[in-house]
Amino acid sequence: MQPRIVEVRQGILKKNDLLARDLRQRFAAAGLHVVNLVSSPGAGKTTLLEKTLARLASRYRVAALVGDLATDCDAKRLATTGVPVRQITTGTVCHLEAEMVGAALADWDLDALDLLFVENVGNLVCPASYDLGENLRVVVLSVTEGEDKPLKYPTIFSAADLAIITKIDLAAAVEFDRQQALQNIQEVRPGLEVLELSARTGVGLDAWLERLVRPVGRPPA
Amino acid sequence: MHELSIAVSLVEAACEKVVELGGDLRVDALHVRLGQLSGVVKEALEFSFELAAAGTAIDGARLLIEEVPVTVRCPSCDEPRRLPSVQHFRCPVCGTPTPEVVGGRELELTALEVTESCSPVSSKSAKGS
Repeated sequence: MQPRIVEVRQGILKKNDLLARDLRQRFAAAGLHVVNLVSSPGAGKTTLLEKTLARLASRYRVAALVGDLATDCDAKRLATTGVPVRQITTGTVCHLEAEMVGAALADWDLDALDLLFVENVGNLVCPASYDLGENLRVVVLSVTEGEDKPLKYPTIFSAADLAIITKIDLAAAVEFDRQQALQNIQEVRPGLEVLELSARTGVGLDAWLERLVRPVGRPPA
Repeated sequence: MHELSIAVSLVEAACEKVVELGGDLRVDALHVRLGQLSGVVKEALEFSFELAAAGTAIDGARLLIEEVPVTVRCPSCDEPRRLPSVQHFRCPVCGTPTPEVVGGRELELTALEVTESCSPVSSKSAKGS
């Protein structure tokens, strides 16, 4: 028999994309706004989330899913804020997938939540490929990582809706070149909204909280 | 590195297609389009593919990857433009910054090269007759 070519034209991550689409529909139906936080390991996602949950918990119904290769340290830390938190332990998988998010949420009443945070596995490469059904993808960059990170990882920046520069209280100590960092972000993702803050000192947190709750329609406390 | 996860998804997609086609065929090659902004490294995917395909219905198939450069739409020229560098999202002709990616995120199984397999013996005898 002659060999022949069969056209397929299918996204390799079609399964993930379909699951993400279903999740997005469920979130919309429940009036739930979902934020996916991505960064390299150690950029300060968990500390930022800890402060964010603590500040929002009195006025909003918030919850968090935390992805890590191993341990539930982050979930335990975040649980001290009193909001529902669930750890997703991925084993050897370096990113979260829509299926993991769906499974982690299976017995949660989404109607009872306003905002859900998904802290992705610390990794600036792989999470870029996986849609989790989120409404807002936030890339977090700390001043200690250096201002050239956006140029090294353009894919994750080009797929983000918002960038946050964290640990700005340490900027002087590490001689962080703020202008260069902002310029590098704009080079790889022109027009990307950028917020600068320190979760530790609280500088800049108000603007971040305001940005987060804007879709919920009630101002932060 | 998530290329092994991607390779597993790719193999699953191809095997599903084989079932859809009736199953009685051999897959010689997979054609894949890989965008420069897909977040996937070609060499790592090639390496992972062999592992992922081993023991499946497409074991032994070749993986043919077409890399797709990043194309943006320039708002000033109102034209699609190929980016010479993913570090600079600006029109290579007029310099206007643009975030509008129109190509380069592809991660797609475009086609399978297959050979229908009536049994190898019968096809040989058919040729001989």
